[in-house]
Order: sequence, then C-alpha cells, then structure tokens
Amino acid sequence: MSHPVVIVGASMGGLRMAEALRRFGYAGAISVIGEEPHAPYNRPPLSKEVLAETVSHDAVAFEQRDSTKDVNWIFGTRVQSADLEHSVVTDVNGDVHPYSALIVATGLRSKRLSVPNGALRGRHAVRTLDDAIALRADLVPGARVVIVGAGFIGCEVAATSRKLGCDVTVVAPGIHPMQRPLGTELAAEMQRRHEAEGVTFRMKTSVTDLVGTLTVEGVALDDGTTIPCDVLVEAIGSHDNTEWLEGNDLDLSAGVRTTNDLRAVKSTGEEWDNVFVIGDVARFPNPIFDDECRRIEHWNIPTETAKRAAQAFTGTAQGEFRPIPSFWTDQYDNHLLAYGVLSLADEVKLIDGDIAGECVFGYYRDGDMVGVCGIGMRSVVQSYRANFV
Amino acid sequence: MIKIDVDMTKCQHYGQCVFEAPTVFKLNEDDKLEYTATADDSERANVEAAIDVCPMQAIRIVE
Repeated sequence: MSHPVVIVGASMGGLRMAEALRRFGYAGAISVIGEEPHAPYNRPPLSKEVLAETVSHDAVAFEQRDSTKDVNWIFGTRVQSADLEHSVVTDVNGDVHPYSALIVATGLRSKRLSVPNGALRGRHAVRTLDDAIALRADLVPGARVVIVGAGFIGCEVAATSRKLGCDVTVVAPGIHPMQRPLGTELAAEMQRRHEAEGVTFRMKTSVTDLVGTLTVEGVALDDGTTIPCDVLVEAIGSHDNTEWLEGNDLDLSAGVRTTNDLRAVKSTGEEWDNVFVIGDVARFPNPIFDDECRRIEHWNIPTETAKRAAQAFTGTAQGEFRPIPSFWTDQYDNHLLAYGVLSLADEVKLIDGDIAGECVFGYYRDGDMVGVCGIGMRSVVQSYRANFV
Repeated sequence: MIKIDVDMTKCQHYGQCVFEAPTVFKLNEDDKLEYTATADDSERANVEAAIDVCPMQAIRIVE
C-alpha cells in the first residue's frame, strides 16, 4: 500500500488542500498534522467580529465536508523535522510519517516583542483562536490598550477595542498606519478616521521595554516617555513556520520558494516532484505581475494555492497559475476592499469618489495598474478586478 | 436543482462569491449581496467555490 499524502498544517490551507485532492480525483489516504488543538477555523473574524462578541471554536470552525470525512486528522501535534530525500516527516512525539507527497501548509506565527522586562502577564498576540479568547477577556471598558504595530491586524484590533470602550494607543515605527500597503494618502486618511474615533497614535516610535512586576503596567518608548498600559497587543508581523524543513535542499530565505505549480524548488533550480507548498509560506511567481517569487499573505491565497497544488499533484492543472490577490479590512464603518499587490506600486492616485467619504485608489507600476483599493464603493473596486484576469 | 442559503446575519457583502458563481451571486447598486435561492445542478461546483471564498463562511448548499 502506498503512503498517504501528508499535509503539515491544519488551518484553512490544510483543510482546503484535503478537499481539493478529493475534488481533483485523488482517492488515496490523506493525513493532516496540525500543531493547534482545534479543527480548522476561520481567522479573519478573530480580530473583528469574534473579538467584539463571544469567542468560541464553534463560531469560527469550518464546516467539514463529506469528502474529507476519511482524512486522518492529527491535531495538537507539531511536526519537528522533514527528510525530503527519504520522504518522511517526524513529529514532536518521535512518530515518523512516511509520505507519497508532502504538502507544506504551516503558515506563520506571530512575531513578539523582545524586551528586557518581558516576562509579564497582559501581553497578547492576535493570530490563533486561543490568542483571541485570551485577548477578548481583557478588553473591558476603560482598559488602557496599547497596540504595537499599525498594520491591518493592529488597526482592526484598535477599532474593535474602541467599540468595546477601551482607551487605545497605537505605537508603530512608520509615518501612518497601514502605509506600506495603502500608500501615504489613503493611510493618512485612515489615521484621521481612527483619531476621530478616539485612537491615539504614537507613530515613528518604538517600544524599548515594558514596565511592571507581574503584569504589564506601562510601555517605555524610544522617545523616553512611558505610556500606561493594562493590555498590550503585539501586532508586529510574523515568522515563517518553516524551521522544521531546515537541512533539506530548499530555499527558505522567505517562506519556501516554489515553481508556479507550487512545487518546492531545490538550490539547483530543479523541483521536488512530490513536495508542494501552499498558503502564507508559498513564495511563488505570479505571471499577472512578473516572474518574481513572492509570498502573498492574503486570505484567499491558501484556498487558491491548495486548489492549484491539488491539480498539479493529480495532473489536472491547466495553463498558468495566476491567482488574483484580494484583501479586505473592516475598521468601524470603513470597509476596505482591494485587489492586486498594492505594495508594488510606484504611483498611487484617487480614481473615484471623495477621499473624505467613499473613495477608490488605483495603484500603478510603470503606468500599469497593479492594484486597486477602495473604502466602500465595492462594486466600483470589483469592476477593476478584470484588469488582473 | 440545488438550494442555496446565505446567512444574512453573517454576510458582510464582501462580494468574493460573485466571481466564483456570477449567475447566482451579485452585488447590487447599494453594494449589498443578492443571490438566487436555487440554481441548476451544473452550478454546484461554482457555488462550492463561492462557499470556500466567503470570508464570513455565510454560504451553504441546503441538502
């Protein structure tokens, strides 16, 4: 009997991979090994809706389809190492899992602050369900919440915390929140909207240390000031969960480099025929934009890459893999929707609406549209999606 | 025929479903989701794709 397809990572990517293998005709054994104790669940609500209400696995769990009922789900188990030459992975318990094909779907984990006085209660990340449950418990009215990092997650938590009646300060090194993806003008406008809701920004500032003995009481900044803090939210980016792949002939410099078909690439440029990488850690070329390999940490990418990897594995892939990146974020009543890779742009301009209200921005590289993003005006934003097909 | 249900208490009108099953889902002029309650069996794969891409996981096929 041949070995199973082993999917390492039991989040959305792992689930969609198992489903896609079945959909594209693979009828053999599938094992999914995940570090978290929970069955796959949907992450976006964790910084928005779920954080504002009750947090439970039921509220965010993905529905399990009949096609994956016979999958061997192994939760609460971290994979420790892989030997691609011999097609086996080994988990933290020492169990060895031989595979016919390996699917790398281990994603990212939160980066945390590294400070001298770091061993304090009251520090939070926002990535997993357990993170959200712990944070939700601390977001009580009047709590002084300091959010480090002004990316999408940090800003969503800021908005949700304000709605819950917390006092909110955002600390980040950039000029405006979300500036790298959104560009200066839209980022400055979003900062203004956050400030109108009562959020304080301490931009161009970094955290040097924490104050407190058992619990966080304050955050020391590099401008010499200290701000009071009951709840510290660290939203400063992520690390790749790829250490378990070290020691193999792979390019792990940022995620795992792959072909357009998501097969992992060797240093010789050859590909591993039976090793696929999906989701946040897949660094693949997308011919929509150019031949550069990039990771795309957008919600639709695990699903898209899982589908393509399953097609490649079953020999049913056709044409190039050209997924259209898409993201959205909700902050108060501002609903942002985007297509493309905004950060590639060398020029950003307002193309519809009014910056003070609903608006759409176009993102261009050498005059070609590489992205579109709007606050509201979704139908208009969607009409530009055709530029990327 | 397949029967489609969207939980409108969950739906946030992101419109990601529109591109997977355009004969079933669309955003109207007010950017709100509209959908057909039933579709031909041939639409099943597209509706399942729409279910996959729904950020709020608000769509299901009623069996």
